[in-house]
Amino acid sequence: MPSWILDPWPWYVAGPLIGLTVPLLLIIGNKSFGISSSLRHVCAACMPAKIPFFQYDWKKEIWNLFFVFGVGVGGYLAAHFLSSGAAPIVDPRLTAELSSYGVQEAKGLVPLDLFSWEALTTTRGLIMMIGGGFLVGFGTRYAGGCTSGHAIMGLSNLQWPSLVATCCFMAGGFIMANLILPYLLKL
Amino acid sequence: MSMHENSERPYVSVPVDTDFEVRSTNAMCVNQSEIDEPIYTKWKYSVAGILFGIILIKSEVVSWYRIQEMFRLQSFHMFGVIGSAVVVGMLSVLLIKKFNVKTIDGEPIKLEDKKFNKGQIYGGLLFGFGWAITGACPGPLFAQIGSGALAVIVTLFSAIAGTWTYGLLRDRLPH
Repeated sequence: MPSWILDPWPWYVAGPLIGLTVPLLLIIGNKSFGISSSLRHVCAACMPAKIPFFQYDWKKEIWNLFFVFGVGVGGYLAAHFLSSGAAPIVDPRLTAELSSYGVQEAKGLVPLDLFSWEALTTTRGLIMMIGGGFLVGFGTRYAGGCTSGHAIMGLSNLQWPSLVATCCFMAGGFIMANLILPYLLKL
Repeated sequence: MSMHENSERPYVSVPVDTDFEVRSTNAMCVNQSEIDEPIYTKWKYSVAGILFGIILIKSEVVSWYRIQEMFRLQSFHMFGVIGSAVVVGMLSVLLIKKFNVKTIDGEPIKLEDKKFNKGQIYGGLLFGFGWAITGACPGPLFAQIGSGALAVIVTLFSAIAGTWTYGLLRDRLPH
């Protein structure tokens, strides 16, 4: 496998390819790109509990579940057959900050000191995995979309509510990463 | 439509055509197709998903470290990825509209306009918090699990629980 495939892809290759997902889904089936709705369809399919928000025919949106299943398979294929396995290059300032919290050098996509079965037994890991996941699921649905739905699909279709949502995603991220996360990482 | 709801309130007729309305509430990605595709044709979306998953991993946008660098302004990578994706997406939608491009089944492509509500602000901020903590939005969660970070399944289940809780509290939240 040539190294340009095995090495991480630069932004100017990956970004346009991600953007092309928008016309791809529209052309193969009139589907607007977005991922967080899959979480809602799982709720509607598995535990609707008479909640009006989950009373709809989720089978009409089953394409979304097929899509996210594919994303998981794609993740497997890329990690096992299309990667060199080299450690990711991390900005030295971030590495230094993380090591001050006892988060070891980067090996994979996520630091195992924070996101692993062992980490679940620590206060910090528990809060970050369970609490962080909860915020992702609650927030995306409250906002009506995630990075793919609002930031990519919504902005592509020039929807100003999506611009508001995207700015709030970024604002929330900046606040968390710089003002709150340092305290969480110290736990 | 829920059968239970019907049996509890026998005099309220359940309208049959509100399904799309409910489905498209608080959702960017909806099925705009009128065609009832047989289930085996849905695999084409899995193929699209596989391509998308490969791009997510290879571009490292599913890396917790890249997300931290983005929010600390230590790297341009994520801004470049999102920015160029939006530009390509915009051009694509523009061309699709200009040339009335149809789907492979010959259906006209439909795009719904989204209405503003305050949820985009409150929910957006809350999601931003979660994004910076987990380093993942919903798509990357699936890609991370596929790549072998199996413990992220816990984060995914928690995200599903978050979505469910939103559904439960929806009427009481400011929108």
